[in-house]
Amino acid sequence: MTFARKLACIVVVAVCAMSLAANWLAPAGYAKQFREAPSAPPSRHHLLGTDEIGRDRFARVLYGTRISLLLAPAAALVSTALAAVVGGLAGYLGGIWLRMARGFADLFLSLPWLFLLITVRALMPLNVSPLVSVLITFLILGLLGWAASARVLSTSADALRNSDFVLQARASGLHGARLFVVHVLPNLKPVLYAQFWISIPVFILSEANLGILGLGVAEPLPSWGSLLRELEGLLSFREEPWRLVPLVLLIVVMTSFQMLLSNEEVPA
Amino acid sequence: MLPETSHKTSRLKTLLWKITRHLGSIAALVLLGGLLSATLVRIAPGADSDGRELDPSLSAESVRALRQSRAGEKNILRFYVNYLRGAIHGDLGTSHALGQPVQSLLRERWPVTARVAGIGLLVAWLVGATLAFTACLWRRPLFEIFGLTISGAFLCIPAAVLALLSVIVNAPGYLAIALIVFPKIYRYSRNLLAKAYALPHITAARARGIGELRILACHALPVAGPQMIALAGISISIALGASIPIESLCGLPGIGQLAWQAALSRDLPLLVNLTVLVTLVTLLANSGADVMIYMLTPQDA
Repeated sequence: MTFARKLACIVVVAVCAMSLAANWLAPAGYAKQFREAPSAPPSRHHLLGTDEIGRDRFARVLYGTRISLLLAPAAALVSTALAAVVGGLAGYLGGIWLRMARGFADLFLSLPWLFLLITVRALMPLNVSPLVSVLITFLILGLLGWAASARVLSTSADALRNSDFVLQARASGLHGARLFVVHVLPNLKPVLYAQFWISIPVFILSEANLGILGLGVAEPLPSWGSLLRELEGLLSFREEPWRLVPLVLLIVVMTSFQMLLSNEEVPA
Repeated sequence: MLPETSHKTSRLKTLLWKITRHLGSIAALVLLGGLLSATLVRIAPGADSDGRELDPSLSAESVRALRQSRAGEKNILRFYVNYLRGAIHGDLGTSHALGQPVQSLLRERWPVTARVAGIGLLVAWLVGATLAFTACLWRRPLFEIFGLTISGAFLCIPAAVLALLSVIVNAPGYLAIALIVFPKIYRYSRNLLAKAYALPHITAARARGIGELRILACHALPVAGPQMIALAGISISIALGASIPIESLCGLPGIGQLAWQAALSRDLPLLVNLTVLVTLVTLLANSGADVMIYMLTPQDA
């Protein structure tokens, strides 16, 4: 592991740990209002100041990070599982199943990701409780993000179907679900892991996009998307630079993910 | 028949077959995409309700007329067949939310998106490709790190944030699109060119003292070119997708903003038409790139 990757790993782990320790690190809950100090600048009591209705911004950043960093892997898990079922099975069965699955995946991929995501999210109920909004966002990301992974998995499973060991297993009398679960699926694990990790930053960005447009996690629950929405009222960068902290944090975490996932080596 | 002529004829036949197959799959996917979006709108919670019915100034008769106007949308297949029948005759229906014919809405809005996305793509390609070419020609680690850092930073920023930032600094919308698309172009082109530069014939060309510019133009680009053309097709899709948050947040009256309004108001006719349009543009761009790659590939390849 290169130095850059080690550093990226440390950053991701540190940010995750801080967000998980929000209950202890944050001076107050994410919804607690300090009505005597709305839109306050950073101080000893409020490290990043307060928002327009007096909520501690540092607490909201910690809790928001927790939600975004939990939501994205959960959605990635759903999309990868769906891709494994659709793509893996289609590749294993081959023939018409493979063509149908690829056609269906192509249909999803022919629509720009953001267009599909925003349209489908807008069609879901918007005036819902914060927890339901988290569930809807996570399910939409998970259920719509399977197509690209399924295509990759179908190709890998298709190659496995014609491999020697699968042929031998077939010749030994192993068929159907058992052959798929015992021999094909375990060999798809590396591809599945790769697709899972690749999906996480994509879903973090997608959640942020949805949140800024008001289609993500509902108030008062914070997420990176809803925190970034605060930038809407910013008139200049010099005015209240501490409002850019969620954006800086997002960039740092996303860069760390990029470093962890990239196979490119930065030249020495 | 001479072997060369027969080769040309068979290539032309393959090209025609390729185009026909692409057109067939585009037609099928566009039709399916439209049906999928119509189904999604119909099964969405609250699809049967119409906000206009809550208007207290409307009489019972007007409310009944409103319901009547939406009755045709209850059966999704019937709605879709009627929509297709109308579309063949040039009638794309009327937007429920905006009360205007969809055709005129698309005609009004399309030029805005085409201009914003078009200029954005042009700038993105200029910056992305220039950086990638310079990285290959110059081969300085510092420049590589600079390119990777800049593109990496913009890859980490959501499209909607770039839209907000462009509002704050009063930058045009196309710049936000360019900043979303250019990192992908730079990184992908750079990787393709790096792979091409690792080929033995380029090492041999260098050993013979051929200039870097000539190596890039005559040896590396022909290898990486086809995939860069494919990237051009994909970049159109990325720009179209990014135009939704950018046009919505920057207040640009284009197709992206229209899609946003249609989705929020669950405007079935408008949403189906927009899905069909976006799918069509994306698929045409990708298929066009594929056909172009085939045409530019050397005949003996």
